[in-house]
Amino acid sequence: MSYLLSATCAVPAVGAVVTAALPAGTGEARRRTTKAVALGFSVATLGLAAAIAASFQPGGARYQLTESYSWIRSFGIDFSLGADGIGTVLALLTAVLVPLVMLAGWHDADPSAPEGTFESKRRTQGFFALILAVEAMVLVSFLATDVFVFYVFFEAMLIPMYFLIGGFGDRAGGPDSARQRSYAAVKFLLYNLLGGLVMLAAVIGLYVVASDQGLATFSLPALTDAISSGKLVIDPTAQRALFLGFFFAFAVKAPLWPLHTWLPKAMGESTAGTAVLITAVVDKVGTFAMLRFCLGLFPDASKTFAPAILVLSLIGIVYGALVAIGQKDIKRLVAYASISHFGFIIMGIFAMTSQGQSGATLYMVNHGISTAAWMLVAGFLISRRGSRLIADYGGVQKVAPVLAGTFLIGGLATLSLPGLAPFVSEFLVLVGTFTRYPVIGIIATFGIVLAALYSLMLYQRTMTGPVKASVTGMPDLKARELAVVAPLVALTVLLGVYPQPLTRMVDPAVNDTLSQIHRTDPAPAHPVAATTGGEQK
Amino acid sequence: MNSLIPLLIAAPLAGAALLLLGGRALDRFGHWIATALAALSCAFGLVLFFDMLGRDTEHRAVTTRLFSWIPVNGFQADVSFQLDQLSIVFVLLITGVGTLIHLYSVGYMAHDERRRRFFAYLNLFLAAMLILVLADNYLLLYVGWEGVGLASYLLIGFWQHKPSAATAAKKAFIVNRVGDLGLSIAIMLMFAEFGSFAFHPVFSAAGDATEGKLTAIGLMLLLAACGKSAQVPLQSWLGDAMEGPTPVSALIHAATMVTAGVYLITRSSAIFDLAPDAQTAVVVVGAVTLLFGAIVGCAKDDIKKALAGSTMSQIGYMIMAAGLGPVGYAFAIMHLVTHGFFKAGLFLGAGSVMHGMNDEVNMRHYGGLRKYMPWTFWTFMAGYAAIIGFPFLSGFFSKDKIIEAALAKGGTEGWILGGCALLGAAVTAFYMTRVVLLTFFGEKRWQPDAEGNEPHPHESPKTMVIPMVVLTFGSLFAGGLFSLGDSFLNFLEPVTGFEEGHSPLNALTVSAIATVCMAAGVGLAWLMYGRSPVPVKPPVGSLLTRAARRDLLQDDFNHAVLVRPGSALAATLVWFDSKGLDGFVNGLAAAIGGLSGRLRRIQTGYVRTYALSMFGGTLVLVASTLLMRSV
Repeated sequence: MSYLLSATCAVPAVGAVVTAALPAGTGEARRRTTKAVALGFSVATLGLAAAIAASFQPGGARYQLTESYSWIRSFGIDFSLGADGIGTVLALLTAVLVPLVMLAGWHDADPSAPEGTFESKRRTQGFFALILAVEAMVLVSFLATDVFVFYVFFEAMLIPMYFLIGGFGDRAGGPDSARQRSYAAVKFLLYNLLGGLVMLAAVIGLYVVASDQGLATFSLPALTDAISSGKLVIDPTAQRALFLGFFFAFAVKAPLWPLHTWLPKAMGESTAGTAVLITAVVDKVGTFAMLRFCLGLFPDASKTFAPAILVLSLIGIVYGALVAIGQKDIKRLVAYASISHFGFIIMGIFAMTSQGQSGATLYMVNHGISTAAWMLVAGFLISRRGSRLIADYGGVQKVAPVLAGTFLIGGLATLSLPGLAPFVSEFLVLVGTFTRYPVIGIIATFGIVLAALYSLMLYQRTMTGPVKASVTGMPDLKARELAVVAPLVALTVLLGVYPQPLTRMVDPAVNDTLSQIHRTDPAPAHPVAATTGGEQK
Repeated sequence: MNSLIPLLIAAPLAGAALLLLGGRALDRFGHWIATALAALSCAFGLVLFFDMLGRDTEHRAVTTRLFSWIPVNGFQADVSFQLDQLSIVFVLLITGVGTLIHLYSVGYMAHDERRRRFFAYLNLFLAAMLILVLADNYLLLYVGWEGVGLASYLLIGFWQHKPSAATAAKKAFIVNRVGDLGLSIAIMLMFAEFGSFAFHPVFSAAGDATEGKLTAIGLMLLLAACGKSAQVPLQSWLGDAMEGPTPVSALIHAATMVTAGVYLITRSSAIFDLAPDAQTAVVVVGAVTLLFGAIVGCAKDDIKKALAGSTMSQIGYMIMAAGLGPVGYAFAIMHLVTHGFFKAGLFLGAGSVMHGMNDEVNMRHYGGLRKYMPWTFWTFMAGYAAIIGFPFLSGFFSKDKIIEAALAKGGTEGWILGGCALLGAAVTAFYMTRVVLLTFFGEKRWQPDAEGNEPHPHESPKTMVIPMVVLTFGSLFAGGLFSLGDSFLNFLEPVTGFEEGHSPLNALTVSAIATVCMAAGVGLAWLMYGRSPVPVKPPVGSLLTRAARRDLLQDDFNHAVLVRPGSALAATLVWFDSKGLDGFVNGLAAAIGGLSGRLRRIQTGYVRTYALSMFGGTLVLVASTLLMRSV
């Protein structure tokens, strides 16, 4: 048995404890030690996640590097981990983003930062420890192969997230920013707790149904195999109820329209780094879980509800983009753009085609990277001027060309410019939806025009035109900030031109999911043998 | 030899990357690196061209596959290039005119502090445009398609401290995105129909698909072409795109990028040939646009916007020809190439005039410039003579062929289309003569610029004059050369196919009528602008003139129909999201909060109340158990 997966999850957890326990104090040197230690743990985690990806065999078993430790024997709960292609790429995404989020938020928890509700001498320690705690819990969620273990960590990550949102804000907060922030944090917590409670009932329900048929386990592979092969039969009504219980929790977290209203609040009030953690990492657990748990455990109910979910995701795509166009606040605009993108991800999952689901998985990764770039540069901009309002900016391009340039690249990635990573995933989702649901696919395609609108309008209003008095003398990106943006930009280009390393890992897991739910891709009307070669399967 | 194809693209792409990432260190000579790389790409193109000529017709098309781009179960997109007769024509036009315009820009942008960036974007444009014409599948073509859109966006908005430039850039991108919607959907339709979107498989299987499906694909491709080539109804961005530096207008918004729609339709001939309804739509769009652009071109006082109207109109000719099918494809491309020469030359001339006139663009503030800028004047005159179709110059050959092909459509349709094309020729002669008279002839109407500097017109530096002179040769002789023994047609035929049209009028008659139309246009323009002094303030003008000055109300229309309702919808949804949806959620939370508050009040802390409620609860339990038993 390899210990790679548990080590990958344990390192940030240990890091969180160590960072939190570092000697208190507000001196510059103390703070720097704290940050370095936390960053060190996150980089070590990245190394381990890379090792997982490197040792993953695309042609091998669905779950690899598996580990299992008995936990609550009487209920058949094991702490078991396993990496499949989808979980691996998302774990890797998490491990890549966390060090960058830390670097971007290097000074967000300094005493000079605005007063928050989380006031203590251990402020810096707390901030970085919380980030590591979130990372550890997210990693377990992506790698858990036990339904109960997944549930516990899915819920537990709300606690550090709650403190991150409520305790740390950006420089742009007004006089009642602390109140606004705690409102956002409470809203985030209550909304997601509600989803989690419903899911808990469904998790217990699933156990009851399964143990009734002699399968007293929470093991995901065991359950999905039994369901797929017909050994475990959940009657349609129960299956639909259980599906909705799981789906509701994931749809809150993802978030799917109309359950999204907590997201703009939470992303707007927290620091840019925390906003990235929310939209690029934590929310991905929701879409990931739809693909892994909803489809695998409740294939028939998934098919029953798929049309309704597709309609909701379609509304989300168009609605999110239109509301983004109407925003006055930079961070809220990014949040609504994300809601639009989550619509694409969920649409790809429930279109139930290879292209749709591979596209959705790539979309999770690519959206994570591109939104991180866009949001973090927005954060750098906001930290310079102390305002989140679009109208407070203008002509930044003239004074800070590198900042403006990277902000534009983030925006172009968001509008899925071909050649950048998000295009690959967005097109796959659209094509995968179109082959089964042409009308929905075509309407969703209008999203590309709306995305161009909100993305370029934001750039035009903040970066072009005459230099506003309030931005004169604004410094360009510093070395630390460049170190944050450069890898993200490089990845956006690289995965746009050569996404193969990801598709190779993701494809087998998607095929496995589709065969579990007994779905095949619609065949073309007049198929031709592709003459351009490539790996024909 | 095939390995040269990727290098052709890699050279300008590397230039763009180098100049953007290289930083200030490259400020002093970066523009020469970019120009050299463009020239290198052009040299590769020439080598490939002669190599192609050395092979017999069947073996001229070559493909080279670099790597598998998006391999997903059942879905295969490759980075793979195809060089055939059609693409080599574009390669030579793009890299040839591209190199000349790089050279011209060395002089034109000499005093711009962001010159390095400008050249990086120009190189980026070349690379994207080459990907567009060399891709062997529609998805890779899409990369080039939006890549040129990005370069166009960056270059229109190059002087982005000007709000008008930033707005124009955004507008161009958004309108083009509407077109790209068409390309996206066309690719999805192909994938659903054929399981592929690579040229060869799709074209060879096109015959299996129903006409309805092919028509749908064709119409979506037409939508894409309308966006990129500024055809009605997606034409509104091109006039505003003149906010970009003039070399950009010459290269991107006249000679190359805007003709991509013609390429797309010609390349997809296998689909259009089997979808007559889609072809009709193409022809109608082309005919409407050729008149639309020409009318707008007559009313504009801004020299670049007059030329932009002209570009739109000339591309209308090409689109119309492409819509005629095998009768017209080769002539569409031939006109595209000759237009590339003379329109690029005209724009460079306009830029040279502006360069000497403190960046003044209003032709009513020009006049009499022929004495001050002789090189500019004579090269401009060559382009002028070519575009109006002066006998035996480039435009004469290529435009007459299109008119003939239109007439050959036969019946009423043929007469209508031919009539449009002839009318267009007359209007072209009118507005171009107007441009020439206002700019180079008549008395001086020069005005001081905003800072009060009087203009001192002077000839432009050599780096600017040389490209204008080279293009002049193209304007004068390319058409004749292409027509010698139908060499151009014979070269392209294996790709585009050819069908002899049966025009009700013979070639000589068509040429004669076209020449008369041209003469009429020139004469009318001379009567209006040559005979008597031109007022500096534009006269009020007829209703049509006033509408044409406002681009035939295109923006008013878009504003009323799309922008205003769209913004209202966005504002409504923002309100709904915070007050409606979130309000509902908050209301629900408040209701639950209120309920729990009331529940809390029941918890009074008195033991006897608890005891009472426990007693009550037990009572209920016992009663219900008894009840169940008795059932």
